[in-house]
Amino acid sequence: MAEEIRLMKGNEAIGEAAIRAGCRAYFGYPITPQNELTAYMARHMIAKGRTFIQAESEVAAINMVYGAAATGARAMTSSSSPGISLKQEGISYLCGADLPAVVVNVARSGPGLGGISPSQGDYFQSTRGGGHGDYYTIVLAPKSVQEAADLTYEAFSLSEKYRVPVLVLADGLIGQMMEGVVLPEPIDPATLPRKPYAVGHAQEMGRDYNHVSSINLVPDELEAKNRERFQRYEVIKKELCRYEEIEVEDADIVFVAYGTSARVSHGALMMARERGLKVGLFRPITLWPFPYARIAELAAQGKRFLSVEMSMGQMVEDVRLAVNGKSEVYFYGRCGGNIPSQEEVFAEVARLLGK
Amino acid sequence: MELAYGHPKSLKSIQTKYCPGCGHGVIHRLIAEVIDEMGLQTKSIITNPVGCSIWADLYFDFDSVQPAHGRTPAAATGVKRMLPDHLVICYQGDGDLAAIGTAEIIHAANRGEKFTVIFVNNAIYGMTGGQMAPTTLIGQHATTAPEGRDPINAGMGYPIRVSEMLATLEGTRYLARGAVNNPVNVRKTKQYIRKAFEAQMRGEGFTMVEILSQCPTNWQMKPLESVSWLEQNMITFYQLGEIKNTLSDAPASQAPKA
Ligand SMILES: Cc1ncc(C[n+]2csc(CCOP(=O)(O)OP(=O)(O)O)c2C)c(N)n1
Ligand code: SF4
Ligand SMILES: [Mg+2]
Repeated sequence: MAEEIRLMKGNEAIGEAAIRAGCRAYFGYPITPQNELTAYMARHMIAKGRTFIQAESEVAAINMVYGAAATGARAMTSSSSPGISLKQEGISYLCGADLPAVVVNVARSGPGLGGISPSQGDYFQSTRGGGHGDYYTIVLAPKSVQEAADLTYEAFSLSEKYRVPVLVLADGLIGQMMEGVVLPEPIDPATLPRKPYAVGHAQEMGRDYNHVSSINLVPDELEAKNRERFQRYEVIKKELCRYEEIEVEDADIVFVAYGTSARVSHGALMMARERGLKVGLFRPITLWPFPYARIAELAAQGKRFLSVEMSMGQMVEDVRLAVNGKSEVYFYGRCGGNIPSQEEVFAEVARLLGK
Repeated sequence: MELAYGHPKSLKSIQTKYCPGCGHGVIHRLIAEVIDEMGLQTKSIITNPVGCSIWADLYFDFDSVQPAHGRTPAAATGVKRMLPDHLVICYQGDGDLAAIGTAEIIHAANRGEKFTVIFVNNAIYGMTGGQMAPTTLIGQHATTAPEGRDPINAGMGYPIRVSEMLATLEGTRYLARGAVNNPVNVRKTKQYIRKAFEAQMRGEGFTMVEILSQCPTNWQMKPLESVSWLEQNMITFYQLGEIKNTLSDAPASQAPKA
C-alpha cells in the first residue's frame, strides 16, 4: 500500500507524531503560535484514554511532565518562547534527576512579550542548558512539517536512550504552515517496557524502592553525578550530530542556517548558483550537539561561512567556535519576527563574493 | 504473641535529621502506620517537597519523587494520572504550598486530583532558617519579620487559612485539620489521614490533611514550650477538625446536597 500523504499544519503534525510515538501524557498552556498543538492533543489524547491537562501555567505543565516522566511514561509539553523561559527551572530538574521528556518550542520573537511572529532568538536558551546548573539538552531543529513530525517522533526514543530531555525547536512558521506529511508508525504505549529507574509497580518489578530526585548536598557525590552526565553528553556528541549539506563541495561561501532560515538560504543558494556563484548550505539538524567538527573540516578547506539567522546573531557564535579563526565567518540576520527574503540573503552573499 | 505496637514497616528505623521536638517525624510515622494498616507499602509514592521534609525519601521505605519548590502538586498530578491505582502522597510545607506553590495547589485541588496532600503547617520556613511563612501568625517573630508579623504598618499580609480557602473549590472532597502537639491530637490526625487515604484509593476527589506542627528550632523554643505555644496560639486561629467532608461515606449532615 502506498504511504498516505496528509496535508497538515506543523503544530498538528507534531501532535500526531507525539501520539504515534506513544506519548501517554501531554501538559500545555495556551500561547501563540503553538495553540493548534495543544488543541490537537486535547482532541486526540482524551479520545484515546490518555492524559491531557490544560495546566494553570507553563511552570505547572513542565512539573506535571516531571511527575509523569518519573513513572517512566512518555510525556511531553509544548509552548512558545516566553513559556519556555518559564519551563527552564523544570527542565533543569529533569536533567538533575536524569528523566527523559520532550519539550516542543514553536518559537516567537522577543525579548519580553515580543511578538508572535517566527524567530530564532531562542538559540541561546535552547543550546546552553537554559536553566540553572551544568547541563545540556538535545536540541532538534526541523525545517519542514515532515521533519517536525519525524524529529518529534524520534525525540521520545532519543530522550529515553540517553536519559536527557529533548527540545524540538521549531518556529512560528514551521508550526503554522501546511505541507504534505507521511506520518510514522503508531506505537502502543502499553507495549513500551517499564523503566527500571521509575516509581510505581515496585512489587511487580521486584526491585528496591526508587527515589527520583536531583538533590545531593555532598559536593563529591554531586560532582560525580554531574561527571557521569557529562560522559553521557560525550556519547551523544559522538552518536547524534546531524546536519544536511547542499552543494558544499565546491562552495566558496557556505550558508550556515537551521529551520526556517535554512529554507530561505536554500532559495538564495539557487539564485546564486543560477548566476554561477559558488555558494553552499550547511544545515545543522541537531543544534546541540552542534556539528563543530564538520564545520572545522570545511573551514580547513578554506571555505568561508555566512550564518543566516532570524536573530541578532546567536548560532554564529558556535560557527565561530567551530571555525576557530581558520577562516572568515559572517553574519546576516533579521529579527523582531521578520523572516529574511531569499533576495536579501542572496544580495548579502553576492556582496561578500564581490559580485 | 501478637505485636501490639512496633516500628512501622514503611518507615526505616534510622535516625532522622529533624530537630528534637520537630513535628515532621511524628507525621511521617502516622503516614507510615496508615500505609502499613492498609497494606499499601509497595503501592505508595510520596512527592516530598523542598523544605525540611525534603529528607522524607531517606526515611520512608517506598518510592518517592522530589520536585521543584512549590511544584509538588503539579508533579503529584503527573504521577497520579499515570498510576491511578497507587497511593500518591503530596507532602508539603507552608512555604511550599501557600507561597511559591499557591497556583499549583489551588488548581490541583480544583481539578479534583485524586491524591492526598499532607500539608505541614508550622507557621514558618523551617529549612531556610525561620523566615516568615504565609501562615505565620500576626505578631509572630521571624527573621524577615523581626518585630513580629505586622499586616498593616509593615504590609506583611495576614495568615492564610488554607483549608478553609480550598473548601470553596468543588474539586475538594475531604479537608481536615489536625495537630501533633499532644497524643489526643496525634490520634485524631491519624484518623484524618486514614480517611483521606481510603478516599483516595476509592478514587474520590482531592483530599488534604493540614497538620499544625512544631518547629521549636525556628520558633526559638524548647520542644515542650513549642507544644503549648502551638496549643495556645495556632489552634486558636487554625480551627481543628474536618473542614469539609463530601466523601461518599460522609455522615448525612456533611454529605453533598443533591
Ligand atoms: C525556587 C526556590 N526558591 C527558594 C528555595 C529555598 N527554600 C528552600 S526550603 C524553603 C522554605 C521551606 O519552608 P516550608 O515549605 O514551610 O517547609 P518547612 O521547612 O517549614 O517544613 C525555601 C524558601 C528553593 N529551594 N527553591
Ligand atoms: S527546622 Fe523546624 S521544621 Fe525543620 S527539622 Fe528543625 S524543627 Fe523541624
Ligand atoms: Mg514551614
